[in-house]
Amino acid sequence: MNRIQHVFDNKKPDEKLMSLFITAGYPDLESTVDLILGFEKNGADIIELGMPFSDPLADGPTIQYSSDVAIKNGITMNKIFEMVEKVRESSEIPIILMGYMNPVLRYGVNRFTRKAAEVGVDGLIIPDIPIEEDGIIKKQAEENGLDIIHLVAPNTSDERMKLADENSQGFVYCVSVTGVTGARDGDEVSKSVDRFIERVRANITLNPVMVGFGIRSHQDAQNIALNADGFIVGSALIDTIKQHYPKENWQSELMSFVHSLKFGK
Amino acid sequence: MSTQTKTKTYNYPDDRGYYGQFGGKFVPEILIPAIQELEAEFNKAKNDPVFNEELAGLLDEYVGRPTKLTYANRLTEHYGKAKIYLKREDLCHTGAHKINNAIGQVLLARRMGKKRIIAETGAGQHGVATATACAKFGLDCIVYMGEEDMVRQKLNVDRMRLMGAEVRSVTSGSRTLKDATNEAIRDWVTNVDTTFYIIGSVVGPHPYPMMVRHFHEVIGNEAKQQIHKVESRNPDYLLACVGGGSNAIGFFYPFIDDESVDIIGIEAAGFGVDSGKTAATMTKGTPGILHGSLSYLLQSDEGQIELAHSISAGLDYPGVGPEHAHLKDLGRVKYHAVTDEEAMNAVKLLSETEGIIPALETAHAFAWLEKLMPETSEDEIVMINLSGRGDKDMGTISEYIREENN
Repeated sequence: MNRIQHVFDNKKPDEKLMSLFITAGYPDLESTVDLILGFEKNGADIIELGMPFSDPLADGPTIQYSSDVAIKNGITMNKIFEMVEKVRESSEIPIILMGYMNPVLRYGVNRFTRKAAEVGVDGLIIPDIPIEEDGIIKKQAEENGLDIIHLVAPNTSDERMKLADENSQGFVYCVSVTGVTGARDGDEVSKSVDRFIERVRANITLNPVMVGFGIRSHQDAQNIALNADGFIVGSALIDTIKQHYPKENWQSELMSFVHSLKFGK
Repeated sequence: MSTQTKTKTYNYPDDRGYYGQFGGKFVPEILIPAIQELEAEFNKAKNDPVFNEELAGLLDEYVGRPTKLTYANRLTEHYGKAKIYLKREDLCHTGAHKINNAIGQVLLARRMGKKRIIAETGAGQHGVATATACAKFGLDCIVYMGEEDMVRQKLNVDRMRLMGAEVRSVTSGSRTLKDATNEAIRDWVTNVDTTFYIIGSVVGPHPYPMMVRHFHEVIGNEAKQQIHKVESRNPDYLLACVGGGSNAIGFFYPFIDDESVDIIGIEAAGFGVDSGKTAATMTKGTPGILHGSLSYLLQSDEGQIELAHSISAGLDYPGVGPEHAHLKDLGRVKYHAVTDEEAMNAVKLLSETEGIIPALETAHAFAWLEKLMPETSEDEIVMINLSGRGDKDMGTISEYIREENN
């Protein structure tokens, strides 16, 4: 059974699922598998594993930084697949690969989708592939049982929200603000997000909806994801790592932050 | 006109913004409404007599069009082969062809009610052109420029600031045009409701490559009329430099269906195409997606974009417009590359023979004459797009000559 669908099917009515983004190979190549397993232990329901790209034009400074570090660390697509394979030895947490199209294209779309499915990847989020361009990978993803998750933003029309819903599997990713990725003032985000999620709910009926961009605390998550099925955190995790790495306790600091995101203090 | 073969088969992009397998709109969902709105408005504007009349008026009175076609008699004598004509885009207001597009897009921005303009720039010519057009129309202007380019092209930074633009230094990545483009796109993603992004070359998501080509077609259209007036026929060769490829597309496009014209685009080889320090995207690149379109790219086996190198900031870009990629694959345009050194020699030759100091970008096209001219004959005609003047490059040129003499 599809692992993404499984977690949404088993979600308790009031529960908000937590999806966590981490750049593969950041802060070092060796930690990524441990971080994923630790995230799961501390409340993560879904993992978005970032495939670093040299020119991440939809990302703010935080993820630009983690991508640069990972590339300098020598991350490759095959190393990312090895990481997923390793996680799968002990975990069934849904794993979504997230990144830009060019490294995927360079690897070869057929080869990429086959390999991803083989190692246990469940879905793909590719921010620079809007619906009108998803033909570049849609068929191959489908054949290999990989979900394609499209994004919608506050400036997405009702019509396009419906289109994103029809063309997505797993869930639809709601970008809470128009802008690049990065932690923001949670109050600012939650003020405008309610009306957006209301519109999302009216137009996206086939898939669950997850909200991301700008969440950095349990309270942010509760406010912003009030009417969504869950929330996504990325930049705040990278910022936390950046703050503590390579001190001896950096992983435990990170994990207690993760735990607090899902469960509060 | 009788020698021309008119086939009229070239009709790109298609409805999806593709030039064969290249092009498209590979942008985040947030930008889709903006590029859809832009495409609709551009299609209306280009068929609107009022818009076209205003644009034509500005090109005439403000930009100084039509630019001249100059017969380069001493350069012609130097090679002793085909006649060489120069299309003088260096005589445009601000010193390069870039103003054609900046004025066109600013008019479009005004029509769409956008008051905040952003742009990226490499050599600074597009930044200057955009700052100029914004000053003329009283619009806010923010230009993203790589930190390294700001040093190489300090004069242009000062020019932009003098005209009221804010120049934002980009310190990420290679600190050149590629990274300035990333930052401009991030700004656009964040301020999409209020902001119009004026892309400076035939790159980016559809409709940009098509729109920028449209605003530069005036170069080729004028050149065609002018050469017919003096020679009563098409040239045998067209030559232009290619970074992103805007001056080249504007110059080439009206001749694409004229099969008797050999069309040649010259890229920057930097230290040499196999030196690892090059910007020869079409010679060394492979297909990939950057800045919203699928085209040839300099990239690693892992699909990471590689740093380009050229002495010319305007050609220092690891991508190229998707239409050039298609024209290469069609075989309609032949692309070659020349080194920094060859370009610098061309700067000296044109300066000494014609009293014209070309921009370093433009000099790459002239450098190819060394290879091309021996193959031509005296009854043939070569027409070169002199896309910009070299005033902005005097620092780089002087330093190069000093080092050479040491």
